[in-house]
Amino acid sequence: MTENKNQPIITVKDLSIFYKTFRAVKNVDLEIFENKITAIIGPSGCGKSTVLRSFNRMNDFIPGASIQGNILFHDKNIYDEDVDPVQVRRMIGMVFQKPNPFPKSIYENIAWGAKMNGYSGNMDDLVEKTLQDAALWDEVKDELNKNALSLSGGQQQRLCIARALAVKPEIILMDEPCSALDPIATLKIEDLMRELSHNYSIIIVTHNMQQAARASDMTAFFTMDEDRAGVMVEYGLTTQIFTNPKNKQTEDYITGRFG
Amino acid sequence: MNKNNSVFKSQAQGNLKKRHRVSKIWRNSFFLSTTIGIFSLVILLFSIINQAFGYVIVENKVDPASLSSIPLKSLEREELISILQENLSKNRFKTIQRDNPVEELKRSELVGLVTSEIIKPTTLKSYFLIPSLTNKAEIIRTQQDEFPNAVVQFRSWISLSFLSDPLSTNPDTTGIRTALIGSLWIIVVTVIIAFPIGIGAAIYLEEYSSNNWLSRIIKTNIDNLAGIPSIVYGLLGLAIFVRGLNLITSGAFIGIDQSNGRTILSAALTMSLLILPLIIINAQEAIRAVPSSLRQASYGLGATRLQTIWYHVLPAAMPGILTGTILAVSRAIGETAPLILVGASSFINKDPSGLFSNFTVLPIQIYNWTTRPQAEFRNVAAASILVLLIVLLTLNTAAILLRNHFSKNKAA
Repeated sequence: MTENKNQPIITVKDLSIFYKTFRAVKNVDLEIFENKITAIIGPSGCGKSTVLRSFNRMNDFIPGASIQGNILFHDKNIYDEDVDPVQVRRMIGMVFQKPNPFPKSIYENIAWGAKMNGYSGNMDDLVEKTLQDAALWDEVKDELNKNALSLSGGQQQRLCIARALAVKPEIILMDEPCSALDPIATLKIEDLMRELSHNYSIIIVTHNMQQAARASDMTAFFTMDEDRAGVMVEYGLTTQIFTNPKNKQTEDYITGRFG
Repeated sequence: MNKNNSVFKSQAQGNLKKRHRVSKIWRNSFFLSTTIGIFSLVILLFSIINQAFGYVIVENKVDPASLSSIPLKSLEREELISILQENLSKNRFKTIQRDNPVEELKRSELVGLVTSEIIKPTTLKSYFLIPSLTNKAEIIRTQQDEFPNAVVQFRSWISLSFLSDPLSTNPDTTGIRTALIGSLWIIVVTVIIAFPIGIGAAIYLEEYSSNNWLSRIIKTNIDNLAGIPSIVYGLLGLAIFVRGLNLITSGAFIGIDQSNGRTILSAALTMSLLILPLIIINAQEAIRAVPSSLRQASYGLGATRLQTIWYHVLPAAMPGILTGTILAVSRAIGETAPLILVGASSFINKDPSGLFSNFTVLPIQIYNWTTRPQAEFRNVAAASILVLLIVLLTLNTAAILLRNHFSKNKAA
């Protein structure tokens, strides 16, 4: 694998995630590379989203959730005692399954996160820049004071991406960002991801195998073990996973024989 | 095929008639329930309005025409003062002068003084609105036969002077100002105390406390507290605020010379306890209804818990919280029992001027007046009920406008 020359930006070592006593994910080892789009695919309930949410400690809010193992971000375990989860979330942003803009104006949606993070530069410039980066500027530049909920679903999701960009993260986590969108809006988001990958590392969870094949550089395939715990079956270049999977389970899944 | 067709034809109409009949019965009984409710409300309002307006037979002790050739209202202040001096005994004038010096009174207040001190109109007989409208001839005949010196007037017992005059023992001259100001003082102070505490508790219970047995016990108990009879809160207020914290609630700790703790502050604290559970429960519901996607969006941007609550959860929950507060305030403004225990004065004519004043409130005055033997007090009570209803509607309207303002920010 040529990517091995790159330093991984996130290294997952022997990660297991528990909801109370139930082990939802077990023994995952994974390396996420800088400025690449990494897709996580797999059948429902295999722990894809759980793993993704563990990357910026969003599981902290679920009562009873706990983890074992390490997630190293720039060689620092983000679950160490001395790590501020708020700081982790500032550096590793997140876009959710359902577009969830704040019920405020478009402008405030972008500005709020930056303001909370102590951004002191010119806010107008930042809003324009991030909206341009999220390929939304041309559509909304005349109505920045309009309520964000009046935008279409696809526009809302791009606004959510812009909002995440405004905090200037290094990594953007996307949890099935297109599952609530129509095919055209989906394509726009995929194009946008490609653009963004020049400056950001992106990890995307998706149910849509074509999307993973089209839009990602690396693909991790997860499935469920006999004890209903999620395990990672195979991880590699997207082209390799989709054309020449090494594992029988992966092959069955991508060819549509199960899942 | 044909056989199936005929089977369907015989089944097609099957239960339709019966079902329509049943559904019609239910529909009508639901409609009846609504009608009964609305009808009762109309009857209630009607009986209040019926008593608040109507003819009265009034006799003046002194004919106003003998005091001055032109109507009192168009007299100058000096002339009114001289009328007072001429027609009152020296001692009576001195007493008035001591209570509120006539030189400082406004003209309208002087007219009031002349009316109540010299002319002394007395209502001999009062009629409700319905007989007044249908039976005017009879009323006039009664006046001519029984009270030849009196006149028949149409009186609206609720009037501007009723709102602006202080309480008095005479139903003809009494106003409601003292009780109205007392009610407003207590409501405002109660909301100032209970609103922040209630929301604070709701935020803690919903956003911070973990779901263990202790917090479940607390939540269940808050639900139960909302159902406790208000008289119990009155006893609590009497024991704790009036007696126990006498030093604070009487204002003695800041040097106010007040012999007891039966003050606005005690009443407001008691009312706060009474409505706190209602506010907490409603605020909890409202906070719980805020979609978790909003919280996640906020956390995902690296916001802290406090920022998330302050900027997203609370604004989204505010319409619901305000609705709950409206309900709670509506309840508080009509409460009588706890305030009787906390020591509302049944008769004072001095407006409450601060936290440490004695007070009375509208419902207590209404109760008080309905227990008096004179028929005129029933008219006055009806008029005060109208005032109470108007205050309630005004407060609710203000709160609804406020709520709509918050909802507008939320909706697209």
